[in-house]
Amino acid sequence: MTPDTESMRARAAILARLRAAPPVAAPASPDVAAGLAADGAGSGDAAVADFAACARGWRAEVIETTPTRWPAVLRDLAVARGLRSVLAGRDTELAARLPEALGARLRWYDEPLAAFKPRLFDAIDAGITTVRGGVVETGSLVLWPDVREPRTLSLVPPLHIAVLCASTLHPTLYRMMVRERWADGLPTNALLVTGPSKTADIQRLLVYGAHGPKQLVIVLVRDDRDGTGVPA
Amino acid sequence: MSGDRQPRPQDFKVQSRAALADPALRASFRSAMDFLVDKRAAQFPDIGAYERLRSLGTRIREHALAKLPELLERLEQNLTALGVQVHWAETPSDANRIFLDIAARHGAQAMVKGKSMVSEEIELNREMAAHGIDCVETDMGEYILQLDGDRPSHIIMPAIHKTKADVSRIFAEKIPGSAHTEDVDELIAIGRRALRERFRDAPIGVTGANFLVAETGSLVLVENEGNGRLCTSVPEVHVAITGIEKVIERLEHLPPLYTLLTRSATGQAVTTYLNIVTGPRRAGEKDGPREVHLILLDNGRTQAWRDQRFRATLQCIRCGACMNHCPVYTRVGGLSYGTTYPGPIGAIVSPHLLGLDATRDLPTASSLCGACGEVCPVGIPIPELLMRLRGAARRRPAPERKPLRDEGAARSRAETLVWTAWALLYSRARLYRWFSWWATRLRRLTPAWQGGWTRGRVPLRPAPRSLRELLAQRRR
Repeated sequence: MTPDTESMRARAAILARLRAAPPVAAPASPDVAAGLAADGAGSGDAAVADFAACARGWRAEVIETTPTRWPAVLRDLAVARGLRSVLAGRDTELAARLPEALGARLRWYDEPLAAFKPRLFDAIDAGITTVRGGVVETGSLVLWPDVREPRTLSLVPPLHIAVLCASTLHPTLYRMMVRERWADGLPTNALLVTGPSKTADIQRLLVYGAHGPKQLVIVLVRDDRDGTGVPA
Repeated sequence: MSGDRQPRPQDFKVQSRAALADPALRASFRSAMDFLVDKRAAQFPDIGAYERLRSLGTRIREHALAKLPELLERLEQNLTALGVQVHWAETPSDANRIFLDIAARHGAQAMVKGKSMVSEEIELNREMAAHGIDCVETDMGEYILQLDGDRPSHIIMPAIHKTKADVSRIFAEKIPGSAHTEDVDELIAIGRRALRERFRDAPIGVTGANFLVAETGSLVLVENEGNGRLCTSVPEVHVAITGIEKVIERLEHLPPLYTLLTRSATGQAVTTYLNIVTGPRRAGEKDGPREVHLILLDNGRTQAWRDQRFRATLQCIRCGACMNHCPVYTRVGGLSYGTTYPGPIGAIVSPHLLGLDATRDLPTASSLCGACGEVCPVGIPIPELLMRLRGAARRRPAPERKPLRDEGAARSRAETLVWTAWALLYSRARLYRWFSWWATRLRRLTPAWQGGWTRGRVPLRPAPRSLRELLAQRRR
């Protein structure tokens, strides 16, 4: 038998066994909102402070800045860390101001992974990405990699710099996925990222930088405040 | 217990005695389990909130299992529409054939694999190696074990029985050019470097899945290291394998299960990555696999499912809290069980996977203290299931039900005889009085050897007079 017919046979057998069992009335659909703890705030200074404290607890570095100053923050960061090559995606909300922030350090993620692999794995110091939103409860970032910002941009370089707008904070992951109606259409990859990669597989001793980024820097843009001249 | 001889569930008693006699192993399990127990407790400070969350998690899993056939078909439909190839496997060898077929079509000599218990269940590494394919474990703990030819002793912390000195020796022996060090940061850096090129070059990435979302056709992976993300992002082909029970109906059911899983497993409010994969690379995307496969494995799960008394077994989300809290597991360690899934959850899952003959001792490896059932984040009544399996191992299957595999395998004539005699005596008053009169008079004839009882205790001997006789005397 070919593998496909073999799989079809297994499928039929498994479903037949499941269908042969005496049917049981399905319990009512679970009420998720009622079972979860009451939400905290998803916006305002207190929420931002909570988010930052939580993210730092997971060993992320959080730098607060304004909608006008973030390129300068990025430049200072690149200089302080001695970054020689910083990778970013074109056509994002950040892209226009990245050349001014990074100058000759900036590399664009232009090629498909297969061609770009050798340089991505060996010659890139950091990847910069936008962030879809932040989760206050756990200090997490929500990333939706796409055509402009591939998955490996936030994964392979040893340093991940994430630019997060405070206006996109949500109290919990659940609130965020319900409000944004994720179930209606997910991207190929949706991620919740909390701190740099880590492991405790040797004698339970916590070590950062397992296989993903060794460090995570969150540039937290306070676009949620009045008087900055930028719409919230 | 590393290397040559693989532990077997049939040898549970021998293996657990050996483990009990190893003070270093016991100390490492004890301290690791205490650590995990404390970390979990710190995550659930409010018992009321915990109970609400847990009952939500329980309902979500019960609900999904009640609709299992329907949800599997919906999942398959949505995955197929996204371009994911869905395969079904009744047995481990079915699943391995599917892997081999995919590897052959791509001419693959190597695979990188994220942590997956189901891949251990089908012994994927060994099967691939037999066909010249190098399947590399990339979870740090699993990688260490693979280098050493050892197997996991805990489903969440697989290398918990290894010390940093062990790891240092293994790395120095097996990874060319690595310096001898016992610094854990350096050891992890060595592992990271060694595996990087494997990630870069492997044509196929293999993972398990913590959850499958029927309504969106998504595979969900929970991890800290980033190896799962690499396996699902870098290779051209991604193959996920998991049990048919992992499906949940809706995406919004994920957040409560995710938080129950991470808090119960390692006492973390959240892991570094929650990775939701929905279909292969789309037009214009620069990375991600061009081909995604999902293998749905039965391997005895339908047996647990079809019998309402055992269905709750499949609610499990593989957090490992039951083993962390089990006084037996803490003392005998994970390898003693000789099964892919050790501890209390292993004792209730393995009989469906391997049959009750090979696994007859596992459900007896419990004091029935109830800790496992109490900490289970999805409300599996583990102690009750253990009792039912003990019964099923020893009794003839009831004619009106489909029997479990090897049901009644542990039935012994002597035991049956003893229970029949007991039932006879205790249901007939005159016979009982006659028996107890003789038993008390002939008490000195009771044998000094009474099987397992006298191995650690003094022999049982009837009192000089029965309570009934004493009361009758007093009334006189």
